[in-house]
Amino acid sequence: MSEKRFGIFLAFCLMAAFWILLSGIFDAFHLISGLVCCAIVAILSQDLLVKGKTEKRLLKSLRLVTYIPWELWQIVLANIDVAYRVLHPKMPIDPLIIEFATTLRGDFSLATLANSITLTPGTITILVEPETGTFLVHAIAKEPTEALLVDQTMQKKVAHVFMET
Amino acid sequence: MVVVNMIVTALFGVGVLFALVGAIGLLRLPDFYTRLHATGKCDTLGGGLIILGAMIYHIFRYPETLLVTAKLAFLVVFIFIANPTATHAIMKAAYKTGVKPWRLGEERKGR
Repeated sequence: MSEKRFGIFLAFCLMAAFWILLSGIFDAFHLISGLVCCAIVAILSQDLLVKGKTEKRLLKSLRLVTYIPWELWQIVLANIDVAYRVLHPKMPIDPLIIEFATTLRGDFSLATLANSITLTPGTITILVEPETGTFLVHAIAKEPTEALLVDQTMQKKVAHVFMET
Repeated sequence: MVVVNMIVTALFGVGVLFALVGAIGLLRLPDFYTRLHATGKCDTLGGGLIILGAMIYHIFRYPETLLVTAKLAFLVVFIFIANPTATHAIMKAAYKTGVKPWRLGEERKGR
């Protein structure tokens, strides 16, 4: 199966599953009309969902699945961090803006890293430069920036998931 | 069912607590950017936990309509994608229009 046809097929499968999930009616009329609509939309919007050629799609998806639990744990830590800073009577905050470069270039990997930075403790992405892979990040205090600037744990993890080392 | 109710109540309680922290942060923090830290993160986890509690309750209370649980699961996924994206978009808009970030030691205005 060619790359383009696979994209259309994947988009069709996703949309059909979503149709069945949202409709919840399993008679012939609703199923067939849904499948016809999905087929039309999949053919018209072939390049939107699955773009171009991407190798090792399965392996990347598997790695993304292992990345998500770590990310969820980071979200919990982020919330405890924000709760501590907000509820502390003296409010230990020292906001600053940092800038750093990454080796990432792909659309999906950059978006994943940007959203991960926003959800992890004390940092929010302000700007992303796709050409240079540069990130502008607003941090609520100095300590949270060290994970991004010194350890670079998250960049390494995202690069590992999308194989862009 | 008692155990399920306890777990669900705990999830709701923690979720509401984080939503409350987000609201307090919105009021207490000094400027636009730091306020987004509170709302962007706490609403994501708070909303997610509340919907997770609703999912668990629905599975055990109404096992015949599993589709509703699946829809709730999709809600969680969409919140976790849309919320950081929206936070980043607001942040970027503020930065591009020249909102000055508050630094430590500056006076707080507009309480």
